[in-house]
Amino acid sequence: MNVVKPPYEFAETAKHMYELGVKTFPIVSVTGVIIGVVLTLQSQPIMVKFGAEAFLPYMVTLSVIRELGPVLTALIFAGRVSSGIGAELGSMRVTEQIDAMEVSAIEPFRFLVITRVIACTIMMPILTVYVDFLAIGGGFAASHLLSGTTFDLYVSQVIEVVKFGDIIPGVGKTFFFGFIVGITGSFLGYNADKGTEGVGKASTTSVVYSSLLILIFDMILVQITLWIWPVS
Amino acid sequence: MARKLVEIKDLYKSFGDQTVLAGVSLDVFETENLVVFGKSGTGKSVLLKCLVGLLVPDSGNVTINGIDVLNLPLKEMNELRKNISFLFQSAALYDSMSVRENLSFPLIRNFNFTQKEIDHKVERSLEMVSLSGAIDKMPSELSGGMRKRVGLARAIITEPMLMLYDEPTTGLDPITTKEISKLIRDLQRELKMTSIAVTHDLICAEIIADRAIVLNAGHILFEGGLDTLTAIDDPFMKNFFSPEYLEDENG
Repeated sequence: MNVVKPPYEFAETAKHMYELGVKTFPIVSVTGVIIGVVLTLQSQPIMVKFGAEAFLPYMVTLSVIRELGPVLTALIFAGRVSSGIGAELGSMRVTEQIDAMEVSAIEPFRFLVITRVIACTIMMPILTVYVDFLAIGGGFAASHLLSGTTFDLYVSQVIEVVKFGDIIPGVGKTFFFGFIVGITGSFLGYNADKGTEGVGKASTTSVVYSSLLILIFDMILVQITLWIWPVS
Repeated sequence: MARKLVEIKDLYKSFGDQTVLAGVSLDVFETENLVVFGKSGTGKSVLLKCLVGLLVPDSGNVTINGIDVLNLPLKEMNELRKNISFLFQSAALYDSMSVRENLSFPLIRNFNFTQKEIDHKVERSLEMVSLSGAIDKMPSELSGGMRKRVGLARAIITEPMLMLYDEPTTGLDPITTKEISKLIRDLQRELKMTSIAVTHDLICAEIIADRAIVLNAGHILFEGGLDTLTAIDDPFMKNFFSPEYLEDENG
């Protein structure tokens, strides 16, 4: 099947971007703030001990942008979205809704799978950038409470240290993570069988496989990005 | 004599070691209502699914309206499918769509009707199944009988030349069974459709069948009018059609 030929399912893709992506904002908001706060709380005493407290914004920001923001957002996204896709498509499979679509001359793969995969691939980087901002904000809040760092100082240090080579790999790899979440949930749900047992299995294995794949791909992509943009 | 709309020749289908269809050959004529009887697991639903390409048979030929279904590329298959409707056992309504959206979905996707025409067709189809009041309900708000009716309305909305019913009355009470069966018969007469209905239900078959076949062990065991089939002096047939008759497989 040639999925690049029309009809393009813009409306359906937009619907999934809202359902799968926009509705994930509340849960990742909490995650983002906590990442920044906890990272600062854990690191600050050690940085003080080594006389390097001034580097705290640098460390928090780079950790968030390069690794924690993308990976933790992807894992949260996988937990919420991949299981949902697996359960929804699995349920449609076992109740013959996918067959009904096929018999009605509607290509279910294009309508159900491609739209969800595209929606996940687009929404994941947007969520990550949002989480990165919140985590840096959480880092500032904790740093301000612990050592009275001013907003201007914190922001100036952040802007000073963040480079193009930090942002692009961090955000870039989330396209892959979004794709992994969408394709894993869709594949397992679309091919579900054995009734309700199959739906449950599709839902849980979607989370497990997409989380594992995210971590494995993260390891590979980190190696590639360090090769392209080595840490100076 | 009416034209042959569906021709099935030597159809074989197995799942692993289990042979479900073992050389089924069958013709269905235009505007005819054919009922397919058979015990559970004898391949009745598999036969229907092979007709529309949901399952690929191991060998054999299926021709619908002169078109060889089994060697059809997807694009041409979808063109053919626009003239075929399938009422699934569970009705298979799209859970995430309202009744209106369920009915308008195939029209929007496959035809170039205006919104006004689509609305008119949706309303007319629901009127035909006496469910005009359910137009904005979600499938989860409907009873089993209502779901079947909506499924039927969705199936007839494109006015197909061939209707396939997979156990249209399973799980329904006798009154609703009669209502759905009469509806199937009336719609078939009004829209001049050809239909193949898989069922266990004698009440349903008595209402809709012009002709019936009995599938057993992958073969067509008997074929003919319903009166003829129910009168056949054969232990399997008596076992199947007579509620009083009970005989085990070994006689």
